[in-house]
Amino acid sequence: MPIFIDLFLTFAKIGLFTFGGGYAMLSLIENDCVEKKKWITHDEMMDVTVVAESTPGPIAINCATYVGYKKGRLPGAIIATLGMVLPSFIVILLISKFFDMFLEITWIANAFHGVKIAVGILIVDAALKMLIKMKKKPMPIIMVVCSGVAMILISAFSINVSSMVLMLAAAFTGVIVFIIGSHTKKEKKE
Amino acid sequence: MIYFDLLIGFLEVGFFSFGGAYAAIPLIREVVLAHGWMDEEMVTYMIAISESTPGPIMVNMATYVGSVKGGIPGALIATTATVLPAFLVILLIMVLFKKALQNKYVKAALGGLKPCVIGLILSTGIMMIIRNCNISLKAKPDVLTIGLTCVLAAVYFGSRKIVKKGISPIMLISVSALVGVVAYGILPR
Repeated sequence: MPIFIDLFLTFAKIGLFTFGGGYAMLSLIENDCVEKKKWITHDEMMDVTVVAESTPGPIAINCATYVGYKKGRLPGAIIATLGMVLPSFIVILLISKFFDMFLEITWIANAFHGVKIAVGILIVDAALKMLIKMKKKPMPIIMVVCSGVAMILISAFSINVSSMVLMLAAAFTGVIVFIIGSHTKKEKKE
Repeated sequence: MIYFDLLIGFLEVGFFSFGGAYAAIPLIREVVLAHGWMDEEMVTYMIAISESTPGPIMVNMATYVGSVKGGIPGALIATTATVLPAFLVILLIMVLFKKALQNKYVKAALGGLKPCVIGLILSTGIMMIIRNCNISLKAKPDVLTIGLTCVLAAVYFGSRKIVKKGISPIMLISVSALVGVVAYGILPR
């Protein structure tokens, strides 16, 4: 099978059959692209995961782009990414067209009132999982608390500050703390 | 112009969502509410649908919002805008800056960014629960929802003590739907 068709079908299959988003897909990508097709090595897969976590955007897209580029340069990257996106694009398009209609049925509306509870719990859970993995040093802990409190205040008083401003400030603080830290280390050595 | 707003809004989301779909939730919620594209309730439903359908959750959310506000062209624009930054960043890293992520200043910036993202996600989740339970200074709290939230959270987190991985997110969503049908259908609000 030509590599471009193979790339498209492999990622379309992963995109269509994995529930639970990017992290759930990693094991499928590993299974298909590393073990079955041998497109990338296990070490490369580990590298992509680390890169995907440190770069913006959907983790699944990061992986698809990486593998696609590896096997077919720019066209490969485009085709693999398209394959990843297309199935869920079509599914969601259909659902979004009919969802309002479904919500008018009372028991379905009630079901979704219940689902709202789950969404809140899942988001808190995702944050807690990230918190457990985080290095427990003073700086990151202060950052978590500050940004969390700031976000709640912003929303409670409807202050017009985007969370992107908070993120830029946090990145900036990270660099400043690093520069100050390496200066004090130097002074201690001297 | 809605297409232009969708493009800019979701480019921002795609560019600032460090750490996957849950990192994108605070951003998407903010963009959608700020433009008045959906109300808080629909945003929550949209997140639930995106989590329980196949594919990358962030892509699902973008497609959903785009489709509701601008039909198929809207969905195409929002989805492309969300995917594009991730696509370009990976290409850039692979082609030009293989060592970019090992740079000490990049590492320091990410070191500040990641805890901030965790704080944003945590507070967004807590705020969504508080709003959902109608807890505020003025209104009467929704006691039934508070009760259900406690029970479902106990089941979700408690299940990890019994089964190794606990119940999956999709499982929790299905159980909550069932609980919603029974509780909100039978008990008075």
